Amino acid sequence: MPPLAGDRSGRFLRRTALGAWLTLATLLEGCRSELMNPQGPVGSDEKTILLNALGVMLVIVVPTILATLLFAWWFRASNKRARYRPTFAYSGRIELVTWSIPILVVLFLGGLTWVSSHTLDPAQPLSGKTPAVNVQVVSLDWKWLFIYPDQGVASVNALVVPAGAPIHLALTSSGVMNTFFVPQLGGMVYTMNGMAEDLYLQADHPGVFAGRSAHFSGDGFSDMHFDVRAVTAAAFAAWAEQTRRAGPVLDAASYATLAKQTRNVTPFTYRDVGPDLFEQIVERRLAPGPGPGPDRAGQAQPGLGS
Amino acid sequence: MLGKLNWAALPLDEPIPLVASAMVICVIIGVLVLAVMKGWVPYLWREWITSVDHKRIGVMYCVLALVMLLRGFTDALMMRSQQVLAFHAAGYLPPSHYDQIFSAHGTIMIFFVAMPFVIGLMNFVIPLQLGVRDVAFPTLNSVSFWLTAVGALLTNISLFVGEFAKTGWLPYPPLSELTYSPGVGVDYWLWSLQISGIGTLLSGVNLVVTILKMRAPGMSYLRMPMFCWTALASNLLVVAAFPILTATSAMLILDRYLGFHFFTNEAGGNAVMFMNLIWAWGHPEVYILILPAFGVFSEVISTFSGKPLFGYRSMVMATMAICVLAFMVWLHHFFTMGAGGDVNAFFGIMTMVIAVPTGVKVYNWLFTLFGGRIRYTSPVLWSIGFMVTFVIGGMTGVLMAVPPADFVLHNSLFLIAHFHNVIIGGVLFGVFAGYTYWFPKAFGFRLDERWGKAAFWLWLIGFYVAFMPLYVLGFLGMTRRMQHYDVAAWRPWLLVAAAGALLILAGIGCQIAQLAVSIKNRHKLQDLTGDPWDGRSLEWATASPPPAFNFAIMPDVRGEEPYWTMKQTAIARHQLREEAHYEAIEAPRNTSTGIIAAFFATLIGFAMIWHIWWMVALGLAGAFATFVAFAWREQSEITIPAAEVAAIDRANRAARSMALSQMTRSPQ
Repeated sequence: MPPLAGDRSGRFLRRTALGAWLTLATLLEGCRSELMNPQGPVGSDEKTILLNALGVMLVIVVPTILATLLFAWWFRASNKRARYRPTFAYSGRIELVTWSIPILVVLFLGGLTWVSSHTLDPAQPLSGKTPAVNVQVVSLDWKWLFIYPDQGVASVNALVVPAGAPIHLALTSSGVMNTFFVPQLGGMVYTMNGMAEDLYLQADHPGVFAGRSAHFSGDGFSDMHFDVRAVTAAAFAAWAEQTRRAGPVLDAASYATLAKQTRNVTPFTYRDVGPDLFEQIVERRLAPGPGPGPDRAGQAQPGLGS
Repeated sequence: MLGKLNWAALPLDEPIPLVASAMVICVIIGVLVLAVMKGWVPYLWREWITSVDHKRIGVMYCVLALVMLLRGFTDALMMRSQQVLAFHAAGYLPPSHYDQIFSAHGTIMIFFVAMPFVIGLMNFVIPLQLGVRDVAFPTLNSVSFWLTAVGALLTNISLFVGEFAKTGWLPYPPLSELTYSPGVGVDYWLWSLQISGIGTLLSGVNLVVTILKMRAPGMSYLRMPMFCWTALASNLLVVAAFPILTATSAMLILDRYLGFHFFTNEAGGNAVMFMNLIWAWGHPEVYILILPAFGVFSEVISTFSGKPLFGYRSMVMATMAICVLAFMVWLHHFFTMGAGGDVNAFFGIMTMVIAVPTGVKVYNWLFTLFGGRIRYTSPVLWSIGFMVTFVIGGMTGVLMAVPPADFVLHNSLFLIAHFHNVIIGGVLFGVFAGYTYWFPKAFGFRLDERWGKAAFWLWLIGFYVAFMPLYVLGFLGMTRRMQHYDVAAWRPWLLVAAAGALLILAGIGCQIAQLAVSIKNRHKLQDLTGDPWDGRSLEWATASPPPAFNFAIMPDVRGEEPYWTMKQTAIARHQLREEAHYEAIEAPRNTSTGIIAAFFATLIGFAMIWHIWWMVALGLAGAFATFVAFAWREQSEITIPAAEVAAIDRANRAARSMALSQMTRSPQ
C-alpha cells in the first residue's frame, strides 16, 4: 500500500488522477469500439447480453474489490484502532452468505446463458421480411472465397450483401481451420474442412464493415481480412449483374489454383461458378488445400532433399 | 546418417535467431567455464544434480522456471515490439519467425515456467508441511525433474537448430499435420512435451502418494495445511489429465511419422477430436496451475494476518469441487464450433459453476484479513494484488462463458487479456508470493524487501498497463496472433501495452537485483530460528535450510496448525519442549539415474525430431540400461548417525531458545 501521509500524498494523488484518467479513456474507447456499435440484430443482441452479464457481475465484483482494499488497509498491523481477533476463523452466517452470493449470481447468469445460447445460436435462422440471401464461404490459404449460389457468381476477399435482409452463410474450409468474424455484425464460427457450418447475420443499413479470421491459420494469416459491403437491394442486384459480365470462371481447375498458398490477395470476382462447387469442397470431392507443397518446404524444412 | 539434419537447419541467414542463439551459447559456455574454474562441479554434482532430496529438487524446479521466465518474457517483448512497428508495415519479424515466437512464448510460459514453478514449490513445501522426511519416491522425483528439464532444453534447441512450431502453443490440426507444417517445428513441440509430460505425470503420482500415504502421525486429512489440500487437488488433476495430453500428442506423432489419420483432412481423420482431447487436458491444466497458487495465498494471508485461515473446511470443499468441475468445462474453448444451443449452454453454465467455489475462496481470504494484524511484507502485497486482479480476470472469464458473448470475444485480444489476467494475476503472483515466503526456509536468509516491493509494484502496474489495453483491443475487434495490421484505432493501445511490457521488464530487473542484493547481504538477512515470519505450519518447526532428513524427531500432530500450538505452548512455558532421544535416520542415497535418464531422453527426443533412427535406438537402449542399473543397485539408502542428527537439531534448538527468551523477556 502506498503511504498516504506526508510529502508523498501529492504524488499519490497525481498518480491516482492519472490512473482515473486512463481508466476513463479506456472505458470511452470501449464505448466507441466495434463491439459496442453493432450494425445488425445479431450483433446488437450479443452486445446486450455481454453488457447485462458484465453489469450483473460488476455488482458483486466492485464491492469485493473495495472490501479487499478496505480490510487490507484497516487491519494493517500499525493501526491501533483495528480490533485484533486472532482466533476468528469460522462464522456459519458469513459462510452462508459467501456461498449464497456466487450461487445466486450464477443461477441468474446460468438462466441468461441457457436462454441466450438457444436464441442466439449461430445456426438459428433470422426472421426477416425478405428471404435470406445465401452465401457460401470457404477459407483458403490465405484468403476468403464467397460463393453466391443463387446469383452464380463468387468473390475473393470481399463480401457484398444487401442491407436489411438476413444472410445465410454456409462456411467451410479448404484445409486448415479459420474463424469467420465480422465484429460489427456479431457471431463468429469456425470454418473446418469436410463440414459446413451455418451462420445467420444481417446488416441493418448500408455500410462497410471489417471482417477477418480470428483463428490462426499460418504465415499468411494476418492478411486474411476482407470488407463486408452492405448495399441496398437494388445495388446488390446490380453488383451481381455486373459481376456476371467479367472475370474468370470458378471451376475445379481454377479452384485448385486458388487453393494454393497466396498472401495479401487483392479482391476480385468470378463471373461464373461451377454447380455444386461448395458441396464438392465440403464433401472433399475437391482436394484440400495443398499447403506449402514440396517446392516451398526447402527453407522451413532443411535436409529433406525434396 | 543424420536424418533430416544438415547445415541448413542453422539460422545462418537470419540475424535475429543467430545472434540470440550465439548469446545463449556464450552464456551457457561462460557458466560452465566458471563452474569448472571455480571448482564447483563436484559440489554441484554431489549436492544438486544427483540429489534426491525433495528440497533440492524443488529449488532446481524453481530455478528452471525462473530461467525460462526470462526466455518466455523475451518472446513477449519481441511480440509487443513487432506489433508496435507492424502498423501498415512488415515490422522486423517475418511471419515465419513471429509465428514461432508466439508459439514458443505460450509453450514455454505454461510448460516450463508456470508448471515447474508450482511443482517446485509443492516439492519443496509438501513434505515439510506434512511433517515427513521426503516424498514417496525420491529417485523418481529426480527423474521427473530432469525429464522436465529435457523438455525445456529441446524447446530451446529449436532456437538454433531448425525451427519451433508455427501453430500457436496448442498445435491444432490440420495446420499441425505434415501437409501444412512439413518442418520440424511441430515435432519439437511434440517431443518436448511428450518427454516433459511424462516427468510431470510421474511428479503428480509422487506427490499424490506422498500426501495420501505419508503424513506425520496425527496429521489427518482435515489437519493438513491448505497448501497441501490444493496440492492434492492439483496433483490428482495431473494424474488424470496428463495422460490425455500424452495420448493426444502420441496420436499426432503417429499422424506425422507413420501416416496415420487421427486428425487429418483425409481418410476419416477428425481435427475436432484433437480440440476436444487437448482441452480435456488443457482446462484441468489451468486449475493444476492455479490451485497451488490458491494454496500459497491461503498460507501467506493467514500467516501475515496472524490468524488461522477463515472457513478452512469451506476452503477444502471449494478446492475439491474445483478439482472435479475442472473436467466438465473444456468445450468452452470452442463455443464458436457450432455445437448447438444445448451443448454450448451446458458447458457455459458448468464454467460459471466453477466461479462459485472460486468466489467462496476469495471471500474466505477476505475474512481471513478481517480481524487480522496484517504485516505488509512483499508476499502479502502479492496476495492482495492477486485478490484484486484475479477477481477482474474471473469476471471476464465468466463473461466469455456466456456463449453469445464469446461469439464476439473468442480468439480476440480480449481472450488474451483474460488469460494473462488470471495466469499473471493468479499463478505468477502466487508463485512469486511463495518464492518470497519460502525462500528463507530454503536458504536460511530472507530476500531483500525493498527490491521485492519495488518488483511487486512494477509488476502490478505493468500488468495493468500491458493488459487492460488488450481488453479494449478485443472490443475493437483485434484478433490474436497478428503479425501486422492496418487498423489505425489499434495502434495507440498497442503502444500502451508495449509500455506495460517495459514496466514488467523493470519488475523482472528488480527481482534479479533482489536476488543479487539478498545473496550479498545474506548475513544481515539471516534467520537462525527457522521461523522468520511467525509461521503456523510444520515447515517452520525445523531449521532453515532444513537438514536432509527435515525433522530430527517426527512431529506429533494434535490439531490444525500444529506448529502454532507448539510455539504457543513454548511461549507459555518460557521454554522449548524437552529434547527427545535422537536416533539414526535412514535417508535415500543420491543417484545419477535422473540425469543419465535425461541424457538419453534428450537423445531420443532430438533424434526423433530429426529422424536419426540409429540415435533413437541408442537412446532407448541407454535409457533401458539406466533403468536396469538402477533396479540392480545394492545400496539404496544411507544412514545418518544419531550424533549428527543431534548436533544439527541442537544447533537449531539453541537458536530457537535464544529467540524464545528474547520474546518472553520483552513481550510485543
